[in-house]
Amino acid sequence: MTVPLRLAVRRHDVSLPEPARTALRISVRLPSDLEVVEEAVDVVARHCVAEGLTVRRARFNLRVALCEALANAILYGNAENAAKHVHVHITVTEPHFLVEVQDEGAGFDPAAFADVSLPHDLEALGGRGLFLIRQLVDDVYLNERGNGICMVLRRA
Amino acid sequence: MSFTMRKDASGVVVVGVDGQLIVSNRHELKQKVLDAADGGARKILVDFSDTGYIDSSGLGALVSLAKKLREVDGELRLAGLNEDLRTLFELTKLDTLFAITESVDDALKKF
Repeated sequence: MTVPLRLAVRRHDVSLPEPARTALRISVRLPSDLEVVEEAVDVVARHCVAEGLTVRRARFNLRVALCEALANAILYGNAENAAKHVHVHITVTEPHFLVEVQDEGAGFDPAAFADVSLPHDLEALGGRGLFLIRQLVDDVYLNERGNGICMVLRRA
Repeated sequence: MSFTMRKDASGVVVVGVDGQLIVSNRHELKQKVLDAADGGARKILVDFSDTGYIDSSGLGALVSLAKKLREVDGELRLAGLNEDLRTLFELTKLDTLFAITESVDDALKKF
């Protein structure tokens, strides 16, 4: 059975200030549906490998971190509202892959992201997502509104 | 299909995770294991030999299942994690919470 593609993917060149110079930008728009997370992660990982991200970093670091970011965007950002979308932009530069995930929600307080750690109770059912993102990518930034996250993976 | 289930000769239920254990399929795993526990299974081994990645929701599902099995004097153990998945458990310190064995065969012998 062929599963219809539920994601809109665009690729285009963009100009960036020095020293990044020109870069490739890949954009993916997905509905607020957890069922598309796996497909979206797969699409983004394949594009990043095609652009030179090592298979290991794509297979593990990128996949887990992106999965966390998409789940947060769909569940908490957009509250699974079918009318809202999640936007993923991957900017490929010489040294970096910048993976931005933005939802259409109100955002959360970026200060809450400043000191992310594991839950004290090892048996807590949640609370590990942001911690994992911080551990698996090289840098993380939130936008001011708190509805967008930018994860930076170095090529090496 | 994300999950396979079989019962070994000693009565251990082995659950295979094919692909990934993430936010979109974690409920399916929970339901399958809970159904097995309702049917009397007390020793559950999750086999990650064919698993690419697990997210925090998947980890949470495993923690939840381990708790529920303990409540009925059962146990959930893990086997077959690749290097990446082991790193994930070490990062989250969940390697201290679960009995993790390298191979399924070894895990079944020790269970």
